[in-house]
Amino acid sequence: MSDDVERGTSTATSSAWSPKIVAFVCNWCTYTGADLAGTSRLKMDPNVRVIRLTCSSRVNPLFIIKAFERGADGVVVSGCHTGDCHYSTGNYYARRRFAILHDLLDFMGVATDRVTFSWVSASEGNKWQELVNETTHRVKALGPFHEFQDMTQKGGECQ
Amino acid sequence: MKELQDLARKLLTEGTVQVVIGYEEGPRTARPAFITDPEKAGNLIFDKRCVQNLASYLNPRRKQIVSLGKAAVVVKGCDARAVAGLLRENQILRENIVIIAVRCGGVLTDPESNAELTTETTSARCGNCDVREPKLFDYLIGELPPAPPVNPKRAEQIAALEKMTAAERWAFWSQELSRCIRCHACREACPMCFCVQCTAEKSTPLWIDPSATPRANRAWQTMRVLHQAGRCVDCLECERACPEHIPLGLLARYIADSVEKRFDYKTCDDPSVVAPMGIYRTDDDEEFIR
Repeated sequence: MSDDVERGTSTATSSAWSPKIVAFVCNWCTYTGADLAGTSRLKMDPNVRVIRLTCSSRVNPLFIIKAFERGADGVVVSGCHTGDCHYSTGNYYARRRFAILHDLLDFMGVATDRVTFSWVSASEGNKWQELVNETTHRVKALGPFHEFQDMTQKGGECQ
Repeated sequence: MKELQDLARKLLTEGTVQVVIGYEEGPRTARPAFITDPEKAGNLIFDKRCVQNLASYLNPRRKQIVSLGKAAVVVKGCDARAVAGLLRENQILRENIVIIAVRCGGVLTDPESNAELTTETTSARCGNCDVREPKLFDYLIGELPPAPPVNPKRAEQIAALEKMTAAERWAFWSQELSRCIRCHACREACPMCFCVQCTAEKSTPLWIDPSATPRANRAWQTMRVLHQAGRCVDCLECERACPEHIPLGLLARYIADSVEKRFDYKTCDDPSVVAPMGIYRTDDDEEFIR
């Protein structure tokens, strides 16, 4: 992997392009579920980088903006199913925030397929596998998030 | 107007408050005034040019104003919603402020024009306003003027944006936000931006690049608007304060609509209504979650 690709500054024309997806997952359900998928040797696309957090309500919308700024082509946010939160109510609050974030990103022109919200429990290794494969497939179809990346590279200029 | 001046004079003379925050005639148009001397109470005015949301001066982070002492504040309906918002989020105590509400007949988009209120000149915030006679007040003054004409521009712009593809919306906002000079006037004018330290000024980690680059501008506005979800009182001061005329009101309105649609919350001047982002319902909409 060249330095450019590693930094997420690859361009659409590069034939070696493969999406870089960042997953913010909660420690108690989705991380454990992803772990289960791994130990079960389920075959998954290697594009998703997992970042473990204590709870889905720990996900600050700025994490997602920052991921795009640093070259992510897609973002996954996943936690416990509602009602199953380790902290009882964390994901209920998170759900309200994600709903607004989802609407705002859409209104500001970020394709909604780039940001995937999901609930994956500790026993849903298969669901995690599907989520990873589906998300990778969808982001691949959208291509590199070059709008954000161009904006990053050019710094002071617009488009 | 005399009613307002007499009331301010009385409150200051009696010592009920130490400062009356209202409007006075400025060199170009009406401007905020901080009246501490009862003899200057005659300077106070209120008309269609009084656009500023004076509730932003109640904000506890404005220490220079807090230091003047207990304040009475002149509010229109939209400003009363901001006062309610500050009370709702425990930023101020009800007993520490005196609210002088004025019945409002609408304000101008550009107060310097001093034009007649028409569908073009009236501020978008005044369209279908339901708080022309505020319910949150200690004193309610003035006669209720006729309802202002509705300026349809903002609703039309939002509808047009919703019809566009994501790529077109991206291009639109890139174009608009490219003008941002990161002066943070939108934040300073906003009555509901009450953080003691703004995320935009945090440097470890550096969440938002302080320079005015397209990506930093986008991150800044995204964060600012998200923080206003369920808080925005639709006073449009961000848009008016913007020296680059970025249509920030579109973002504010869109998010307010989204909050209303999803959480059944509409900004109001009742401080007992709970802020929507601090609560949840177990059956909240989750059609966007896979």
